[in-house]
Amino acid sequence: MDIEINNITKRFGGFVALNDVSLTVHPGELVALLGPSGSGKTTLLRIIAGLEQATSGTVLFGGENALARSIRQRRVGFVFQHYALFRHMTVLENVAFGLRVKPRDQRPKDGEIRERVMRLLTLVQLDHFAKRYPAQLSGGQRQRVALARALAIEPAVLLLDEPFGALDAKVRKELRRWLRSLHDEMQLTSLFVTHDQEEALELADRVVLMNNSVIEQVGSPQDVYDHPASSFAYQFLGNVNRFDCRIEDGKAHVCGGDIAVPPPLVNGGGPAIAYVRPHDLEIFTGPVMVGEPAVVRYLSAAGPVAKIELSLDHGGSLVEAEVGRAELHALDLKIGQPVFLRARKARVFANAVH
Amino acid sequence: MAAPAAADAKNRLAAQEPLWLRLLLTALAIGFLILIVALPLAAVFGEAFRQGVGAYFASFDDVDVLSAIELTLLVAAIAVPVNTIFGVIGSWAIAKFEFVGKSLLVTLIDLPFSVSPVVAGLVYVLVFGVHGWFGPWLVANDIQIIFAVPGLVLATMFVTFPFVARELIPLMEEQGNEEEEAAISLGASGWQTFWRVTLPNIKWGLLYGVLLCNARAMGEFGAVSVVSGHIRGETNTMPLYVEILYNEYNFVAAFAVASLLAMLALVTLVLKKIIEWRFGGSSAIG
Repeated sequence: MDIEINNITKRFGGFVALNDVSLTVHPGELVALLGPSGSGKTTLLRIIAGLEQATSGTVLFGGENALARSIRQRRVGFVFQHYALFRHMTVLENVAFGLRVKPRDQRPKDGEIRERVMRLLTLVQLDHFAKRYPAQLSGGQRQRVALARALAIEPAVLLLDEPFGALDAKVRKELRRWLRSLHDEMQLTSLFVTHDQEEALELADRVVLMNNSVIEQVGSPQDVYDHPASSFAYQFLGNVNRFDCRIEDGKAHVCGGDIAVPPPLVNGGGPAIAYVRPHDLEIFTGPVMVGEPAVVRYLSAAGPVAKIELSLDHGGSLVEAEVGRAELHALDLKIGQPVFLRARKARVFANAVH
Repeated sequence: MAAPAAADAKNRLAAQEPLWLRLLLTALAIGFLILIVALPLAAVFGEAFRQGVGAYFASFDDVDVLSAIELTLLVAAIAVPVNTIFGVIGSWAIAKFEFVGKSLLVTLIDLPFSVSPVVAGLVYVLVFGVHGWFGPWLVANDIQIIFAVPGLVLATMFVTFPFVARELIPLMEEQGNEEEEAAISLGASGWQTFWRVTLPNIKWGLLYGVLLCNARAMGEFGAVSVVSGHIRGETNTMPLYVEILYNEYNFVAAFAVASLLAMLALVTLVLKKIIEWRFGGSSAIG
């Protein structure tokens, strides 16, 4: 089922949590709502679920007005950040809850409920834990119970609020992969909220980048990473170095490189801001003097790429560069060594407030 | 090696007082409790049985004593359930919602703890007494509140209102809204959510509050004394009747009735311990 969000605005007293937000989620899609805390992403998710009322705007499920329906009729599976499992019920009873509270004429028989619950528990690989209480499970197991519980009502839409936020890095990675394959199997229209850009980029079909109560950009992970639409998007998606620069003759001089400037900015001229990804910075040690003189301040070679922090001779904050291990070996850098730095690629924005 | 060992010794010294001091403090605490709590409690039973078991039970062979017991049970039977229901509603509202006047409501719930019970009784006389605000209207309609059972119930409810709410508010605040939201998102109605999720989560705290509320409701003296009028066989509760018997030098009967109240306290204490034990157990798995 597709979800259509039209001009949703939400105010809490004087505070605007969502400002005229519109978004369409296609059937079977897995969409990430990505943004810093306070950007409005969780509020949007809660409005779609019906846990929060929008001040204005509409939400359509499969073309029908969802706001007119009660939560019960919306058939939304909601997975909470802190699981929100019923602490006094066993895993089995937790998952069965949504079936047990159905009106009598729609409620399946006891045996059928049990069968369906066990099938779901097998799906989330927790069939051996049916008789345990939530407190007896690990964080990752609890999250899977929460997911099974949400799936038990056969939802038309699955909503997940920071589903992996409270888990440690390793479990998070496993669950992420597992959720992706589960989604591919079930083809359930799903939205999840996260503040972790890596999670959004790795897991989602489409990423919705939110900031300051509005949607900044919507696109495929590759799209938003390679072509950030705004200065905020550039800073939020991945590590980035920021340089002040000037536009002259349609080009910006950024850290020793001449970067072509997008058309709308060309005529403007004057001061601008450039963003350069750490892996788009080149380091030269040889006798050739290209780029800006800089000094190596810090080296970290653990992991597949080496991180190098440098200070430019003409001042400014530290700059971060990334090179492959082989390249690092060839460069043979030492702390305190003078080098030259050049931007291979950069994205230039008008001198905005950001 | 030497340094950690030295630090260890130092830690032990810092954490542990010398033996003589520990013994002295323990003895002081136990002695104090015996003097202030255990001895008087024993004295109640001692005095009650001073003239033998026969005299003890004969004390209850009095219509006025029996009516005092009955009245106490009646008042508790009304005040405790009413306070339980309103306590749950009040705590629910305070713990789970934000609204204007919330802090005022919290203060109001605490008020009976800080107001002298005598004042509580006087307030009801002022409002419902013959010369009170509603007095003329009540007299004209032949409704008696002060010096009658309704007044006793009202005064008791006032004094015992905070017990349930005070127990539940921190508990519900700690548990938050998420489980209720989960229940609703799974299709439960408000009523189903309350019975299946909220109530099971607070049941031990609630029981604990009800128990304390009941103990106080049956034992309340001050507020009830003001609105009672001390009509024998009609408006005397057990604590009030103990005083009357005592003032009449009927010590055996006074202490016999008092022993019932003391037993109520002991039973409450035991139940409280059991609940604490269950409470601890259930929070360990839930």
